[in-house]
Amino acid sequence: MADFIRANEVKLLDRWSQIVQEAGGGRTATADVRREFEDIYQLLVQAMSGTDVAADGQLRAALAELSRSRARSGFTPSETAVAVFALKDAVYDLIEGAADLVPVYMAFSRMMDDLGLLTFESYSATREQIIAEQAEAMLELSTPVVRLWDGIIAVPLVGTLDSARTQLVMERLLDALVTTGAEQAVIDITGVPTVDTEVAQHLLKTVMAARLLGAQCTICGIRPQIAHTIVSLGIEFGDIATKASLADALAHAFTAAGLKVVPA
Amino acid sequence: MERVPILKIGQTLFVSIQIDLQDESVLQLQDDLAGELAATGATGVIIDITAVEIVDSFIGRMLATIGSISRLFGAETVLVGMRPAVAITLVELGLSLDGVRTALNAEKGLKLLGGNP
Repeated sequence: MADFIRANEVKLLDRWSQIVQEAGGGRTATADVRREFEDIYQLLVQAMSGTDVAADGQLRAALAELSRSRARSGFTPSETAVAVFALKDAVYDLIEGAADLVPVYMAFSRMMDDLGLLTFESYSATREQIIAEQAEAMLELSTPVVRLWDGIIAVPLVGTLDSARTQLVMERLLDALVTTGAEQAVIDITGVPTVDTEVAQHLLKTVMAARLLGAQCTICGIRPQIAHTIVSLGIEFGDIATKASLADALAHAFTAAGLKVVPA
Repeated sequence: MERVPILKIGQTLFVSIQIDLQDESVLQLQDDLAGELAATGATGVIIDITAVEIVDSFIGRMLATIGSISRLFGAETVLVGMRPAVAITLVELGLSLDGVRTALNAEKGLKLLGGNP
């Protein structure tokens, strides 16, 4: 089989890129597809002839890389896998006349199936990686600490609170308290979609830690449904000040800091 | 064992912990502070832990105990200068130091005790 594929290299490569190009709906030029496949083809021939032990690994690495680059440029995993499977069609077209090659063709077909699946796996691994990177970027973006007034800082929380985020929020808030010397902190949870016992526990811990530093925390932005949930779950906020809106919390912080807002 | 010095400023006792806290030093500090409170009749205690980077449950509990002891002598305790990491540790350990007041720094701690020392 390896000899057959080697012997018909030009014909097969042409047919292969043609099939892939037709299936791809003209998204890439045949010449580009062909260039991409040439390396893989060489490695495939080496892997099949069994002379080079490392060729199999190299072939897999090359396919994984192809799948990765295609994943990043928006191809679906099926498109990549179908591109690999297309070589089977190309080979089949050529060997139709030669009956003696059919048994080896089966083995070849199995190998190609295996390689097609490999591209699928690399695709999902790449997606996972992209998602993880985005999640990290979001974590960085979603925990700002803003200064509202001299001695008053605020943490607007947006998105679901989990242990990792709460830890980050806590560290940021405490660092900000120490660096700015603020004595009042407002935690705005308007953007937190749900509050369950775990989230409440996280919030309480943050407030307690701020208290140990000598700062007072006010929690605000509790929406009606969330207030309902909190009461239903029996969560106790104890003596922590909670306010409906950021404005109320700011007013509370002003009072606690001994400031008074008067009309100009 | 290193001892933590206790300074008297007006009616306030000032304790600045500048060493790595060992269990014995904290126990010794408790004894010294109780003696000093009895001798001076101070009305406030400021414990500065700016330099303390590591606490464990024992030391956390002892800080709370110091607060309770001072209250028996009619003095109020203010813990000042706690680092964020220390605060997180204490909260994770479940210690909220209820009987002790806290302030960001020594200046604010003094203010909390009634303006002037």
